[in-house]
Amino acid sequence: MSPEHGAAVTTALTNYVFPNDLHVHWSLMIVLYPYITGIVAGAFIVSSLYHVFHIQSLKPVSRYALVFALAFLAFATAPLLNHLGHPERAMNMMLTPSPTSAMAGFGYIYSAYAIVLILEILFIYRPTLVALKQQARGGMKLLYTILTMGSDNVSKEALEIDHKITAFLAGIGIPMACTLHGYVGFIFGGVKANPMWATPLMPVIFLLSASVSGIAGIILSYVIIREKQGKPLDMNCIRTLIKFLWGCFILDFVFEMLELFSHAYMATHHWEALRDLYWGPLFWTFWVAQVGIFSVIPFIALGILSLVKLSDKTVKIWGSVISAMILIQVLLMRWNVVIGGQLMSKSERGHAVFHPGFFTKEGIVPSIIIMILPIVFLYLLSKVFPFWLEDDPTVGRQSA
Amino acid sequence: MMKAIEQEISQDRRRFIKKVLGGSIAGSLLLVIPAGAMDFDKIPEQIPGMRKQDGPFIEGKKFAFIVDITRCIGCGSCCVADKNEYNVPDGNYRTWVERYIIDDHDNVFVDSPNGGLDGYQEPRQDLPYPVRDTFFVPKLCNMCEHPSCVQVCPVGATFQTRDGFVLIDYERCVGCGYCVQACPYSVRFIHPETRTADKCTWCYHRVRKGLLPACVNVCPVQARKFGDLNDHESEVYKILHQPHVISVLKPDMGNKPSLHYVGLRREVV
Repeated sequence: MSPEHGAAVTTALTNYVFPNDLHVHWSLMIVLYPYITGIVAGAFIVSSLYHVFHIQSLKPVSRYALVFALAFLAFATAPLLNHLGHPERAMNMMLTPSPTSAMAGFGYIYSAYAIVLILEILFIYRPTLVALKQQARGGMKLLYTILTMGSDNVSKEALEIDHKITAFLAGIGIPMACTLHGYVGFIFGGVKANPMWATPLMPVIFLLSASVSGIAGIILSYVIIREKQGKPLDMNCIRTLIKFLWGCFILDFVFEMLELFSHAYMATHHWEALRDLYWGPLFWTFWVAQVGIFSVIPFIALGILSLVKLSDKTVKIWGSVISAMILIQVLLMRWNVVIGGQLMSKSERGHAVFHPGFFTKEGIVPSIIIMILPIVFLYLLSKVFPFWLEDDPTVGRQSA
Repeated sequence: MMKAIEQEISQDRRRFIKKVLGGSIAGSLLLVIPAGAMDFDKIPEQIPGMRKQDGPFIEGKKFAFIVDITRCIGCGSCCVADKNEYNVPDGNYRTWVERYIIDDHDNVFVDSPNGGLDGYQEPRQDLPYPVRDTFFVPKLCNMCEHPSCVQVCPVGATFQTRDGFVLIDYERCVGCGYCVQACPYSVRFIHPETRTADKCTWCYHRVRKGLLPACVNVCPVQARKFGDLNDHESEVYKILHQPHVISVLKPDMGNKPSLHYVGLRREVV
């Protein structure tokens, strides 16, 4: 409140929140939804770096990244279904979609991407699955028969056709993964009533943070799983992943800051409300946590890990720690965008507060369960699809 | 003598109890026995020509809602009528009334405790400078010509009728809340019981029967006006076609509201 006469009319904030804006309808579930789809898109990009762009050092994780993506993709809709007031009507989005809705496309884009990802996995793994089928018995044999689509043909010609198909699928998979997550960003970026969301940068930031979370997820889980299995780590692969993580994170963090800086610099009437939001209810989660701890530290650490010659042990430990921090950074970013955007009342005169419940339907416990489910599913998938080439009975016969 | 009086009283008492019992039984029966469908023809038509409409759509009408903020006294009657009409759950508002106070330093103070449901009976005490101006602003659905809620609804549950109403099909709504996010005016909420989106409908069910919206009906100072713009005799037509200070909320959103405000001030968001 400025005491200057005349200057304060539009700046005076009375912390007035529209009565209906006191409710935060998009809660933790909608924080998790872009988080999970982002991890899916990012992991797929890691796989494509090998399969499409032939970055050989990523070969050790190229198949694992696909299965990892599938494990998370399988649960991408779980938070959405838990969030909907009427989940039993969810299929209406695909059966009777409204063509003007930015949300109505999700079912189609998600399904199309799921089909591409599943086919990609089945074709890449086909010779492996054929070999495993021959060793398997009972239920597993039936499962492998289904997964090999009934074809045991692993002749050179058949594998060449497989290879063409996988190259094609990976090729269309990249734009689809980008579309999937860019589109998720647009679901928010297209809400003109919300000045925090309504920016053309939103899909870009979502896509970059998706890449970052996917790569970080692969690094962290690769190190943990290999260590747990007592298997050696491919340090060249980890170093390459860290370099890609650094590169993507530079773009991600810079765009996140640029977006905020643009708002501050242009200082339209929206900025009053945005500034109060960032320095008010979002101070701890945005400035302290997302920016201060989980962006600046990884930003510097990734640079050091990428540029300085360090021992394998250092790279392994710090690569994992920084990857975990990046995963937290992206989760915080989702929180600050999804929850933060709703805290700012459309009255532009104040903001609401939000504290998630613990055991409520969309509270912290259901969120933790939803984040554990993909990891459990990943474990189950590991029983069917060998993650690593050395576990593959056909290794040497084909080139992943 | 005393005995005679006592007798009189006890007789009276008996008669009194009989009457009371009879009355309450008859009254209870009236409550229990269904009264049958309301005969709307017996209530005078408030919107001319509506009773002749028998098709699925209202033909030949273009409705507008006008709020005259120079008239509103902040009594909250409209909010009470609305809550009664729809049994609106506490903490959610189909309509509400805001109190604006501008002090002599041009600071703007806005509040709307309980959505103005209790009326503004006490002046605000927490203001640092003398008050220069004060007024009330009732809010409700803007019935936009280009509604954001209809645009974003993924299943077409929120739709625009040919006669200009923006309504919700509660049987189709999935309760995703996208419309709540998209509405620039925050008139929408997720109904905690039905788990679907909900909002003001300008009392579409009443309008179809030729009755004014409940809030318009009860406003003691005619701050809320509703009518047909194609009817050149209607009050809304006359107001919108005469020199007045008239505006809509957030015009730069591009939603083109059909809700107009007379005497709207630039401080109002």
